[in-house]
Amino acid sequence: MAATTSADRPAALAGRSRMSPRRRAELSRRAQYAVLLVLVVLAAVTVDWARLGESFFNIDTVRALAPRLPGAALNTVVYTAASFALGLALGLVLALMKLSPVRVWRVLATGYIEFFRGIPALLVVLAFGYAVPAAFQVRFDSVVLQIALALGMVSGAYIAETLRAGMEAVPKGQIEAARSLGMSSTRTLVHVTIPQAFRIVLPPLTNEAVLLVKDTSLVFALGLAVSDFELTKLGRDALSRAGGGLTPIVLIGLVYLLITIPLSSVTRWLERTTGYKGHV
Amino acid sequence: MTAPATATPGAGPVVRISGLHKSFGDREVLKGIDLEVAQGEVVCIIGASGSGKSTLLRCVNLLEQPTAGTVEVLGVEVTHPDVDIDRVRARVGMVFQQFNLFPHRTVLDNCTLAQRTVLRRRRAEAEAVARKNLAHVGLADRAGSLPSQLSGGQQQRVAIARALSMDPALLLFDEPTSALDPELVGEVLTVMRQLADEGMTMLVVTHEMAFAREVADRVIFLDAGVILEEGPPDRVIGNPREERTRAFLRRVLDPTHVEAVTDADPGAAGAVAGGEAVPGSRPLD
Repeated sequence: MAATTSADRPAALAGRSRMSPRRRAELSRRAQYAVLLVLVVLAAVTVDWARLGESFFNIDTVRALAPRLPGAALNTVVYTAASFALGLALGLVLALMKLSPVRVWRVLATGYIEFFRGIPALLVVLAFGYAVPAAFQVRFDSVVLQIALALGMVSGAYIAETLRAGMEAVPKGQIEAARSLGMSSTRTLVHVTIPQAFRIVLPPLTNEAVLLVKDTSLVFALGLAVSDFELTKLGRDALSRAGGGLTPIVLIGLVYLLITIPLSSVTRWLERTTGYKGHV
Repeated sequence: MTAPATATPGAGPVVRISGLHKSFGDREVLKGIDLEVAQGEVVCIIGASGSGKSTLLRCVNLLEQPTAGTVEVLGVEVTHPDVDIDRVRARVGMVFQQFNLFPHRTVLDNCTLAQRTVLRRRRAEAEAVARKNLAHVGLADRAGSLPSQLSGGQQQRVAIARALSMDPALLLFDEPTSALDPELVGEVLTVMRQLADEGMTMLVVTHEMAFAREVADRVIFLDAGVILEEGPPDRVIGNPREERTRAFLRRVLDPTHVEAVTDADPGAAGAVAGGEAVPGSRPLD
Protein backbone atom coordinates (compact mmCIF):
# COMPACT_ATOMS: atom_id res chain seq x y z
CA MET A 1 0.00 0.00 0.00
CA ALA A 2 2.72 2.38 1.05
CA ALA A 3 4.65 1.50 -2.06
CA THR A 4 1.74 2.30 -4.35
CA THR A 5 1.13 5.67 -2.69
CA SER A 6 4.66 6.80 -3.10
CA ALA A 7 4.66 5.61 -6.67
CA ASP A 8 1.46 7.59 -7.36
CA ARG A 9 2.70 10.75 -5.78
CA PRO A 10 4.76 12.30 -8.60
CA ALA A 11 1.88 11.88 -11.02
CA ALA A 12 -0.56 13.43 -8.55
CA LEU A 13 1.74 16.35 -7.97
CA ALA A 14 2.01 16.97 -11.67
CA GLY A 15 -1.80 17.05 -11.69
CA ARG A 16 -2.23 14.88 -14.78
CA SER A 17 -3.67 11.53 -13.70
CA ARG A 18 -6.35 13.02 -11.37
CA MET A 19 -8.36 16.22 -11.47
CA SER A 20 -6.90 18.97 -9.30
CA PRO A 21 -9.06 20.32 -6.45
CA ARG A 22 -9.40 23.64 -8.22
CA ARG A 23 -10.72 22.01 -11.41
CA ARG A 24 -13.08 19.82 -9.38
CA ALA A 25 -14.50 22.87 -7.56
CA GLU A 26 -15.01 24.64 -10.87
CA LEU A 27 -16.86 21.65 -12.33
CA SER A 28 -19.01 21.31 -9.20
CA ARG A 29 -19.99 24.96 -9.41
CA ARG A 30 -21.11 24.61 -13.04
CA ALA A 31 -23.08 21.47 -12.20
CA GLN A 32 -24.96 23.29 -9.44
CA TYR A 33 -25.95 26.14 -11.76
CA ALA A 34 -27.17 23.59 -14.31
CA VAL A 35 -29.37 21.81 -11.76
CA LEU A 36 -30.85 25.10 -10.62
CA LEU A 37 -31.67 26.11 -14.18
CA VAL A 38 -33.42 22.79 -14.86
CA LEU A 39 -35.55 23.19 -11.71
CA VAL A 40 -36.61 26.72 -12.66
CA VAL A 41 -37.59 25.66 -16.16
CA LEU A 42 -39.54 22.67 -14.82
CA ALA A 43 -41.43 24.90 -12.38
CA ALA A 44 -42.26 27.42 -15.06
CA VAL A 45 -43.66 24.73 -17.34
CA THR A 46 -45.62 22.64 -14.84
CA VAL A 47 -47.14 25.21 -12.48
CA ASP A 48 -50.67 26.43 -13.18
CA TRP A 49 -49.95 30.15 -12.92
CA ALA A 50 -53.56 31.28 -13.18
CA ARG A 51 -54.60 29.17 -10.23
CA LEU A 52 -51.58 30.12 -8.23
CA GLY A 53 -52.33 33.78 -8.78
CA GLU A 54 -55.94 33.23 -7.78
CA SER A 55 -55.09 31.65 -4.43
CA PHE A 56 -52.04 33.78 -3.54
CA PHE A 57 -52.71 37.16 -5.15
CA ASN A 58 -56.47 37.47 -5.36
CA ILE A 59 -56.86 41.04 -6.44
CA ASP A 60 -60.26 41.55 -4.77
CA THR A 61 -58.92 40.39 -1.44
CA VAL A 62 -55.93 42.67 -1.82
CA ARG A 63 -58.25 45.59 -2.53
CA ALA A 64 -60.43 44.82 0.45
CA LEU A 65 -57.52 44.39 2.83
CA ALA A 66 -55.18 47.15 1.64
CA PRO A 67 -56.84 50.12 3.40
CA ARG A 68 -56.55 48.36 6.76
CA LEU A 69 -52.90 47.40 6.37
CA PRO A 70 -51.25 50.72 7.39
CA GLY A 71 -53.17 50.88 10.68
CA ALA A 72 -52.34 47.29 11.53
CA ALA A 73 -48.72 47.76 10.56
CA LEU A 74 -48.53 50.84 12.77
CA ASN A 75 -49.97 48.86 15.68
CA THR A 76 -47.37 46.14 15.14
CA VAL A 77 -44.60 48.75 15.18
CA VAL A 78 -45.97 50.48 18.28
CA TYR A 79 -46.36 47.20 20.20
CA THR A 80 -42.81 46.22 19.18
CA ALA A 81 -41.26 49.55 20.13
CA ALA A 82 -42.97 49.67 23.51
CA SER A 83 -42.07 46.06 24.32
CA PHE A 84 -38.48 46.54 23.20
CA ALA A 85 -38.03 49.72 25.22
CA LEU A 86 -39.27 47.98 28.33
CA GLY A 87 -37.30 44.82 27.58
CA LEU A 88 -34.13 46.83 27.09
CA ALA A 89 -34.50 48.69 30.38
CA LEU A 90 -35.34 45.50 32.24
CA GLY A 91 -32.57 43.59 30.46
CA LEU A 92 -30.00 46.19 31.47
CA VAL A 93 -31.06 46.00 35.12
CA LEU A 94 -30.98 42.19 35.03
CA ALA A 95 -27.57 42.17 33.32
CA LEU A 96 -26.15 44.47 35.99
CA MET A 97 -27.68 42.24 38.67
CA LYS A 98 -26.02 39.21 37.07
CA LEU A 99 -22.65 40.97 37.16
CA SER A 100 -23.15 42.25 40.71
CA PRO A 101 -20.70 41.22 43.42
CA VAL A 102 -23.75 40.75 45.68
CA ARG A 103 -24.79 37.12 45.43
CA VAL A 104 -28.49 37.74 46.12
CA TRP A 105 -28.83 39.93 43.02
CA ARG A 106 -27.14 37.32 40.88
CA VAL A 107 -29.41 34.56 42.15
CA LEU A 108 -32.56 36.64 41.66
CA ALA A 109 -31.57 37.64 38.13
CA THR A 110 -30.68 34.08 37.20
CA GLY A 111 -34.01 32.85 38.53
CA TYR A 112 -35.92 35.50 36.60
CA ILE A 113 -34.06 34.81 33.36
CA GLU A 114 -34.47 31.05 33.59
CA PHE A 115 -38.18 31.40 34.35
CA PHE A 116 -39.10 33.82 31.60
CA ARG A 117 -36.90 32.20 28.99
CA GLY A 118 -38.34 28.82 29.86
CA ILE A 119 -42.07 29.48 29.51
CA PRO A 120 -43.89 30.32 26.26
CA ALA A 121 -44.40 34.04 25.75
CA LEU A 122 -48.06 33.27 25.10
CA LEU A 123 -48.48 32.24 28.74
CA VAL A 124 -47.15 35.60 29.90
CA VAL A 125 -49.47 37.44 27.53
CA LEU A 126 -52.40 35.39 28.81
CA ALA A 127 -51.36 36.17 32.36
CA PHE A 128 -51.47 39.88 31.63
CA GLY A 129 -54.75 39.48 29.82
CA TYR A 130 -56.61 37.63 32.57
CA ALA A 131 -54.66 36.61 35.67
CA VAL A 132 -52.86 39.87 36.50
CA PRO A 133 -55.97 42.10 36.31
CA ALA A 134 -57.88 39.63 38.49
CA ALA A 135 -55.10 39.08 41.00
CA PHE A 136 -54.07 42.70 41.47
CA GLN A 137 -57.42 44.37 40.85
CA VAL A 138 -56.02 46.49 38.02
CA ARG A 139 -57.56 47.31 34.69
CA PHE A 140 -55.36 48.01 31.74
CA ASP A 141 -56.80 50.85 29.72
CA SER A 142 -54.36 50.46 26.89
CA VAL A 143 -53.47 47.36 24.98
CA VAL A 144 -50.06 48.91 24.31
CA LEU A 145 -49.16 48.93 28.00
CA GLN A 146 -50.49 45.43 28.48
CA ILE A 147 -48.56 43.88 25.60
CA ALA A 148 -45.47 45.93 26.39
CA LEU A 149 -45.43 44.65 29.96
CA ALA A 150 -45.95 41.06 28.91
CA LEU A 151 -43.47 40.96 26.03
CA GLY A 152 -41.07 43.33 27.80
CA MET A 153 -40.81 40.92 30.70
CA VAL A 154 -40.07 38.04 28.35
CA SER A 155 -37.66 39.83 26.01
CA GLY A 156 -35.94 41.41 29.05
CA ALA A 157 -34.80 37.94 30.03
CA TYR A 158 -33.20 37.34 26.63
CA ILE A 159 -31.76 40.84 26.34
CA ALA A 160 -30.22 40.54 29.82
CA GLU A 161 -28.09 37.61 28.74
CA THR A 162 -27.09 39.38 25.53
CA LEU A 163 -26.06 42.52 27.40
CA ARG A 164 -24.20 40.57 30.07
CA ALA A 165 -22.16 38.82 27.39
CA GLY A 166 -21.50 42.22 25.78
CA MET A 167 -20.28 43.77 29.00
CA GLU A 168 -18.03 40.83 29.68
CA ALA A 169 -16.59 41.21 26.19
CA VAL A 170 -15.38 44.76 26.87
CA PRO A 171 -11.60 44.36 27.35
CA LYS A 172 -10.40 44.48 30.95
CA GLY A 173 -7.87 47.16 29.97
CA GLN A 174 -10.72 49.56 29.25
CA ILE A 175 -12.00 49.28 32.79
CA GLU A 176 -8.47 49.54 34.20
CA ALA A 177 -7.82 52.69 32.17
CA ALA A 178 -11.00 54.32 33.47
CA ARG A 179 -10.37 53.26 37.06
CA SER A 180 -6.73 54.44 36.89
CA LEU A 181 -8.05 57.90 35.96
CA GLY A 182 -9.96 57.96 39.24
CA MET A 183 -13.36 57.10 37.78
CA SER A 184 -15.58 55.16 40.18
CA SER A 185 -16.95 51.77 39.21
CA THR A 186 -20.35 53.33 38.48
CA ARG A 187 -18.91 56.07 36.27
CA THR A 188 -16.79 53.48 34.50
CA LEU A 189 -19.90 51.42 33.86
CA VAL A 190 -21.89 54.37 32.52
CA HIS A 191 -19.20 56.01 30.39
CA VAL A 192 -16.98 53.15 29.31
CA THR A 193 -18.43 49.65 29.75
CA ILE A 194 -22.08 50.07 28.77
CA PRO A 195 -21.52 52.18 25.62
CA GLN A 196 -18.98 49.69 24.33
CA ALA A 197 -21.12 46.72 25.33
CA PHE A 198 -24.05 48.13 23.32
CA ARG A 199 -21.83 48.48 20.30
CA ILE A 200 -20.75 44.87 20.65
CA VAL A 201 -24.28 43.51 21.08
CA LEU A 202 -25.92 45.60 18.36
CA PRO A 203 -26.28 42.62 15.97
CA PRO A 204 -27.77 40.20 18.55
CA LEU A 205 -29.94 43.04 19.84
CA THR A 206 -31.34 43.52 16.33
CA ASN A 207 -32.15 39.83 16.40
CA GLU A 208 -34.17 40.39 19.56
CA ALA A 209 -36.04 43.27 17.97
CA VAL A 210 -36.88 41.22 14.88
CA LEU A 211 -38.13 38.34 17.03
CA LEU A 212 -40.21 40.83 18.98
CA VAL A 213 -41.85 42.18 15.82
CA LYS A 214 -43.25 38.73 15.23
CA ASP A 215 -44.06 38.04 18.87
CA THR A 216 -46.44 40.98 18.91
CA SER A 217 -48.86 38.67 17.07
CA LEU A 218 -49.47 37.08 20.48
CA VAL A 219 -51.49 40.15 21.37
CA PHE A 220 -54.53 38.32 19.92
CA ALA A 221 -54.76 36.47 23.24
CA LEU A 222 -55.79 39.70 24.95
CA GLY A 223 -58.99 39.93 22.95
CA LEU A 224 -58.77 43.04 20.81
CA ALA A 225 -60.96 45.82 19.56
CA VAL A 226 -60.73 46.17 15.77
CA SER A 227 -58.69 49.36 16.11
CA ASP A 228 -56.06 47.44 18.12
CA PHE A 229 -55.56 44.78 15.44
CA GLU A 230 -51.99 44.22 14.44
CA LEU A 231 -50.91 42.47 11.26
CA THR A 232 -51.35 38.82 12.18
CA LYS A 233 -54.73 39.37 13.79
CA LEU A 234 -55.84 41.29 10.71
CA GLY A 235 -54.64 38.45 8.50
CA ARG A 236 -56.45 35.78 10.54
CA ASP A 237 -59.58 37.87 10.43
CA ALA A 238 -59.44 38.19 6.66
CA LEU A 239 -58.56 34.53 6.26
CA SER A 240 -61.69 33.40 8.09
CA ARG A 241 -63.83 35.08 5.47
CA ALA A 242 -64.52 33.15 2.30
CA GLY A 243 -62.53 33.61 -0.91
CA GLY A 244 -59.08 34.82 -1.71
CA GLY A 245 -57.31 31.65 -0.56
CA LEU A 246 -53.95 32.44 0.99
CA THR A 247 -53.84 36.03 -0.22
CA PRO A 248 -54.18 37.66 3.23
CA ILE A 249 -51.24 35.64 4.55
CA VAL A 250 -49.03 36.52 1.60
CA LEU A 251 -49.94 40.16 1.95
CA ILE A 252 -49.36 40.25 5.70
CA GLY A 253 -46.06 38.43 5.26
CA LEU A 254 -44.88 41.08 2.82
CA VAL A 255 -45.74 43.86 5.27
CA TYR A 256 -43.81 42.06 8.03
CA LEU A 257 -40.79 42.01 5.72
CA LEU A 258 -41.28 45.72 5.08
CA ILE A 259 -40.84 46.21 8.83
CA THR A 260 -38.07 43.73 9.63
CA ILE A 261 -35.74 44.30 6.69
CA PRO A 262 -35.34 48.06 7.40
CA LEU A 263 -34.52 47.08 11.01
CA SER A 264 -31.34 45.47 9.72
CA SER A 265 -30.48 48.64 7.82
CA VAL A 266 -30.99 50.65 10.99
CA THR A 267 -28.48 48.38 12.70
CA ARG A 268 -25.95 48.86 9.94
CA TRP A 269 -26.49 52.62 10.14
CA LEU A 270 -26.02 52.55 13.92
CA GLU A 271 -22.85 50.51 13.56
CA ARG A 272 -21.53 53.13 11.17
CA THR A 273 -22.49 56.16 13.25
CA THR A 274 -21.20 54.73 16.52
CA GLY A 275 -18.04 55.26 14.61
CA TYR A 276 -15.29 52.83 15.39
CA LYS A 277 -14.71 49.34 14.11
CA GLY A 278 -14.05 46.81 16.85
CA HIS A 279 -11.32 47.44 19.34
CA VAL A 280 -7.94 48.95 18.96
CA MET B 1 0.86 55.56 59.15
CA THR B 2 -2.23 54.42 61.01
CA ALA B 3 -4.75 56.98 59.81
CA PRO B 4 -4.90 57.99 56.17
CA ALA B 5 -3.31 61.39 55.89
CA THR B 6 -4.27 63.98 53.33
CA ALA B 7 -2.13 64.34 50.26
CA THR B 8 0.84 66.60 50.83
CA PRO B 9 2.91 66.60 47.68
CA GLY B 10 6.28 68.16 48.06
CA ALA B 11 6.82 66.80 51.53
CA GLY B 12 8.43 63.40 51.69
CA PRO B 13 8.59 60.77 48.94
CA VAL B 14 5.86 60.51 46.30
CA VAL B 15 5.79 56.73 46.65
CA ARG B 16 6.86 54.70 49.65
CA ILE B 17 6.49 50.94 49.42
CA SER B 18 7.46 48.74 52.32
CA GLY B 19 7.36 44.99 52.78
CA LEU B 20 5.17 44.53 49.71
CA HIS B 21 4.08 40.98 48.97
CA LYS B 22 1.70 39.89 46.23
CA SER B 23 0.51 36.39 45.48
CA PHE B 24 -1.77 35.11 42.76
CA GLY B 25 -3.16 31.94 44.31
CA ASP B 26 -0.17 29.87 45.36
CA ARG B 27 2.24 31.79 43.18
CA GLU B 28 4.07 34.54 45.02
CA VAL B 29 5.00 37.21 42.50
CA LEU B 30 6.39 39.89 44.82
CA LYS B 31 8.38 38.74 47.80
CA GLY B 32 8.97 41.75 49.97
CA ILE B 33 9.61 44.96 48.05
CA ASP B 34 10.85 48.17 49.66
CA LEU B 35 11.01 51.18 47.40
CA GLU B 36 10.81 54.95 47.62
CA VAL B 37 10.39 57.40 44.79
CA ALA B 38 11.22 61.03 45.48
CA GLN B 39 9.57 64.08 44.00
CA GLY B 40 10.75 64.62 40.43
CA GLU B 41 12.61 61.33 40.30
CA VAL B 42 12.49 59.00 37.28
CA VAL B 43 12.79 55.36 38.33
CA CYS B 44 12.99 52.62 35.70
CA ILE B 45 12.12 49.06 36.65
CA ILE B 46 13.80 46.42 34.53
CA GLY B 47 13.82 42.64 34.70
CA ALA B 48 12.86 39.49 32.83
CA SER B 49 9.23 38.80 31.98
CA GLY B 50 7.53 37.20 34.95
CA SER B 51 9.84 38.93 37.43
CA GLY B 52 6.92 40.97 38.83
CA LYS B 53 7.65 44.39 37.28
CA SER B 54 4.13 45.11 36.10
CA THR B 55 2.58 43.73 39.27
CA LEU B 56 4.76 46.05 41.34
CA LEU B 57 3.64 49.03 39.27
CA ARG B 58 -0.02 48.00 39.47
CA CYS B 59 0.22 47.75 43.24
CA VAL B 60 1.02 51.48 43.39
CA ASN B 61 -2.43 52.55 42.20
CA LEU B 62 -4.06 49.41 43.54
CA LEU B 63 -5.03 47.88 40.23
CA GLU B 64 -3.64 44.89 42.09
CA GLN B 65 -4.42 44.52 45.77
CA PRO B 66 -1.23 43.72 47.69
CA THR B 67 -1.26 40.57 49.80
CA ALA B 68 0.87 42.14 52.51
CA GLY B 69 2.85 45.31 53.14
CA THR B 70 2.00 48.98 52.75
CA VAL B 71 1.97 51.37 49.82
CA GLU B 72 1.96 55.11 50.42
CA VAL B 73 1.30 57.48 47.55
CA LEU B 74 1.52 61.27 48.04
CA GLY B 75 1.51 60.70 51.78
CA VAL B 76 -1.66 58.59 51.68
CA GLU B 77 -1.45 54.99 52.72
CA VAL B 78 -3.49 53.56 49.82
CA THR B 79 -3.47 50.06 51.28
CA HIS B 80 -5.47 51.34 54.25
CA PRO B 81 -9.12 50.20 53.92
CA ASP B 82 -10.49 53.65 54.81
CA VAL B 83 -8.77 55.37 51.89
CA ASP B 84 -10.85 56.49 48.90
CA ILE B 85 -8.55 55.09 46.22
CA ASP B 86 -10.34 57.00 43.44
CA ARG B 87 -9.12 60.31 44.89
CA VAL B 88 -5.52 59.08 44.84
CA ARG B 89 -5.84 57.55 41.37
CA ALA B 90 -7.08 60.90 40.04
CA ARG B 91 -3.61 62.26 40.85
CA VAL B 92 -1.65 59.23 39.58
CA GLY B 93 -1.61 58.81 35.82
CA MET B 94 -1.08 55.43 34.23
CA VAL B 95 0.02 54.56 30.70
CA PHE B 96 -0.56 50.98 29.58
CA GLN B 97 1.23 48.69 27.19
CA GLN B 98 -1.93 48.34 25.09
CA PHE B 99 -2.79 52.10 25.24
CA ASN B 100 -6.37 51.32 26.39
CA LEU B 101 -7.83 54.42 24.79
CA PHE B 102 -11.64 54.48 24.81
CA PRO B 103 -12.42 53.43 21.23
CA HIS B 104 -15.92 54.92 21.24
CA ARG B 105 -14.67 58.41 22.10
CA THR B 106 -12.66 60.91 20.10
CA VAL B 107 -9.12 61.81 21.11
CA LEU B 108 -10.39 65.00 22.75
CA ASP B 109 -13.14 63.12 24.63
CA ASN B 110 -10.59 60.58 25.83
CA CYS B 111 -8.71 63.46 27.44
CA THR B 112 -11.76 65.23 28.91
CA LEU B 113 -13.91 62.34 30.18
CA ALA B 114 -12.19 61.90 33.55
CA GLN B 115 -11.57 65.62 33.94
CA ARG B 116 -15.28 66.27 33.67
CA THR B 117 -16.60 63.28 35.64
CA VAL B 118 -13.92 63.07 38.34
CA LEU B 119 -12.54 66.59 38.68
CA ARG B 120 -15.90 68.16 37.72
CA ARG B 121 -14.26 70.61 35.37
CA ARG B 122 -16.50 72.50 32.98
CA ARG B 123 -16.39 71.47 29.35
CA ALA B 124 -14.51 74.59 28.20
CA GLU B 125 -11.86 74.23 30.88
CA ALA B 126 -11.47 70.48 30.34
CA GLU B 127 -11.10 70.95 26.59
CA ALA B 128 -8.55 73.71 27.06
CA VAL B 129 -6.48 71.45 29.33
CA ALA B 130 -6.85 68.53 26.91
CA ARG B 131 -5.80 70.60 23.91
CA LYS B 132 -2.79 71.94 25.78
CA ASN B 133 -1.67 68.40 26.60
CA LEU B 134 -2.39 67.11 23.11
CA ALA B 135 -0.19 69.90 21.79
CA HIS B 136 2.42 68.87 24.33
CA VAL B 137 2.59 65.36 22.84
CA GLY B 138 2.48 66.78 19.31
CA LEU B 139 -1.07 65.78 18.43
CA ALA B 140 -2.96 69.09 18.57
CA ASP B 141 -4.36 68.45 15.11
CA ARG B 142 -5.82 65.03 15.94
CA ALA B 143 -8.28 66.09 18.65
CA GLY B 144 -11.29 65.10 16.54
CA SER B 145 -9.97 61.71 15.45
CA LEU B 146 -11.04 58.37 16.80
CA PRO B 147 -8.31 56.20 18.34
CA SER B 148 -8.68 53.62 15.56
CA GLN B 149 -7.63 56.27 13.03
CA LEU B 150 -4.26 56.76 14.72
CA SER B 151 -1.02 54.80 14.59
CA GLY B 152 0.12 52.92 17.68
CA GLY B 153 2.66 55.59 18.53
CA GLN B 154 0.05 58.33 18.21
CA GLN B 155 -2.39 56.35 20.35
CA GLN B 156 0.19 55.97 23.08
CA ARG B 157 0.92 59.69 22.98
CA VAL B 158 -2.82 60.37 23.35
CA ALA B 159 -2.81 58.01 26.34
CA ILE B 160 -0.02 60.11 27.85
CA ALA B 161 -1.98 63.32 27.14
CA ARG B 162 -5.03 61.73 28.75
CA ALA B 163 -3.03 60.97 31.89
CA LEU B 164 -1.46 64.45 31.90
CA SER B 165 -4.87 66.11 31.63
CA MET B 166 -5.59 65.08 35.23
CA ASP B 167 -2.58 67.14 36.39
CA PRO B 168 -0.96 64.08 37.94
CA ALA B 169 1.72 64.22 40.63
CA LEU B 170 3.04 60.85 39.48
CA LEU B 171 3.00 58.93 36.20
CA LEU B 172 3.16 55.14 35.98
CA PHE B 173 4.29 53.60 32.69
CA ASP B 174 3.70 49.89 32.14
CA GLU B 175 5.94 48.88 29.21
CA PRO B 176 4.65 51.81 27.14
CA THR B 177 6.57 50.90 23.98
CA SER B 178 6.35 47.10 24.03
CA ALA B 179 3.28 46.92 21.79
CA LEU B 180 4.66 49.36 19.21
CA ASP B 181 6.27 48.72 15.85
CA PRO B 182 9.98 49.48 16.18
CA GLU B 183 9.82 52.64 14.08
CA LEU B 184 7.12 54.12 16.36
CA VAL B 185 9.00 53.61 19.64
CA GLY B 186 11.05 56.76 19.27
CA GLU B 187 8.19 59.27 19.23
CA VAL B 188 6.79 57.90 22.51
CA LEU B 189 10.19 57.85 24.20
CA THR B 190 10.75 61.44 23.07
CA VAL B 191 7.59 62.54 24.85
CA MET B 192 8.59 60.61 27.97
CA ARG B 193 12.07 62.13 27.92
CA GLN B 194 10.52 65.56 27.65
CA LEU B 195 8.28 64.88 30.67
CA ALA B 196 11.28 63.71 32.68
CA ASP B 197 13.12 66.92 31.76
CA GLU B 198 10.15 68.94 33.00
CA GLY B 199 10.48 67.32 36.41
CA MET B 200 7.60 64.84 36.29
CA THR B 201 7.87 62.03 38.83
CA MET B 202 7.84 58.81 36.83
CA LEU B 203 7.88 55.11 37.58
CA VAL B 204 8.59 53.27 34.35
CA VAL B 205 8.56 49.55 33.62
CA THR B 206 10.54 49.17 30.42
CA HIS B 207 12.69 47.01 28.18
CA GLU B 208 14.27 50.06 26.55
CA MET B 209 17.71 49.93 28.14
CA ALA B 210 19.02 52.92 26.21
CA PHE B 211 16.11 55.01 27.46
CA ALA B 212 16.58 53.82 31.06
CA ARG B 213 20.25 54.58 30.89
CA GLU B 214 19.74 58.04 29.52
CA VAL B 215 16.64 59.25 31.37
CA ALA B 216 16.40 57.33 34.65
CA ASP B 217 17.72 58.75 37.90
CA ARG B 218 17.67 55.26 39.32
CA VAL B 219 17.27 51.77 37.87
CA ILE B 220 15.72 48.86 39.75
CA PHE B 221 16.48 45.32 38.62
CA LEU B 222 13.69 43.03 39.68
CA ASP B 223 14.35 39.30 39.72
CA ALA B 224 11.89 36.63 40.86
CA GLY B 225 9.90 39.06 43.00
CA VAL B 226 12.74 40.83 44.80
CA ILE B 227 14.84 43.90 44.05
CA LEU B 228 18.14 42.28 43.26
CA GLU B 229 20.04 45.41 42.37
CA GLU B 230 19.36 49.14 42.28
CA GLY B 231 21.29 52.30 41.71
CA PRO B 232 22.19 54.89 39.08
CA PRO B 233 21.70 53.61 35.52
CA ASP B 234 25.37 53.75 34.63
CA ARG B 235 26.11 51.43 37.51
CA VAL B 236 23.19 48.96 37.19
CA ILE B 237 23.11 48.81 33.40
CA GLY B 238 26.69 49.81 32.67
CA ASN B 239 28.43 47.81 35.35
CA PRO B 240 26.07 45.40 37.13
CA ARG B 241 27.31 43.64 40.26
CA GLU B 242 25.00 40.67 40.13
CA GLU B 243 25.55 37.82 37.71
CA ARG B 244 21.78 37.54 37.10
CA THR B 245 21.63 41.21 36.14
CA ARG B 246 24.50 40.68 33.73
CA ALA B 247 22.80 37.63 32.22
CA PHE B 248 19.56 39.57 31.80
CA LEU B 249 21.29 42.51 30.16
CA ARG B 250 23.18 40.22 27.78
CA ARG B 251 19.87 38.72 26.67
CA VAL B 252 18.14 42.07 26.26
CA LEU B 253 20.96 43.94 24.57
CA ASP B 254 21.81 41.09 22.22
CA PRO B 255 18.73 38.99 21.44
CA THR B 256 20.67 36.56 19.29
CA HIS B 257 22.78 35.66 22.28
CA VAL B 258 21.22 32.39 23.51
CA GLU B 259 24.10 30.61 25.21
CA ALA B 260 23.66 32.48 28.50
CA VAL B 261 20.01 31.53 28.79
CA THR B 262 20.43 27.88 29.62
CA ASP B 263 22.09 28.53 32.97
CA ALA B 264 19.66 31.34 33.87
CA ASP B 265 16.17 30.68 35.16
CA PRO B 266 14.05 28.22 33.21
CA GLY B 267 11.19 30.71 32.69
CA ALA B 268 13.37 33.04 30.70
CA ALA B 269 14.83 30.13 28.76
CA GLY B 270 11.32 29.12 27.74
CA ALA B 271 10.45 32.63 26.68
CA VAL B 272 13.54 32.97 24.54
CA ALA B 273 13.15 29.51 23.06
CA GLY B 274 9.56 30.36 22.13
CA GLY B 275 10.63 33.55 20.47
CA GLU B 276 13.44 31.86 18.62
CA ALA B 277 11.36 28.94 17.40
CA VAL B 278 11.77 28.55 13.67
CA PRO B 279 8.88 26.82 11.95
CA GLY B 280 10.25 23.65 10.42
CA SER B 281 9.92 23.26 6.70
CA ARG B 282 6.94 21.03 6.12
CA PRO B 283 7.09 18.38 3.38
CA LEU B 284 4.60 18.83 0.62
CA ASP B 285 1.80 16.28 0.80
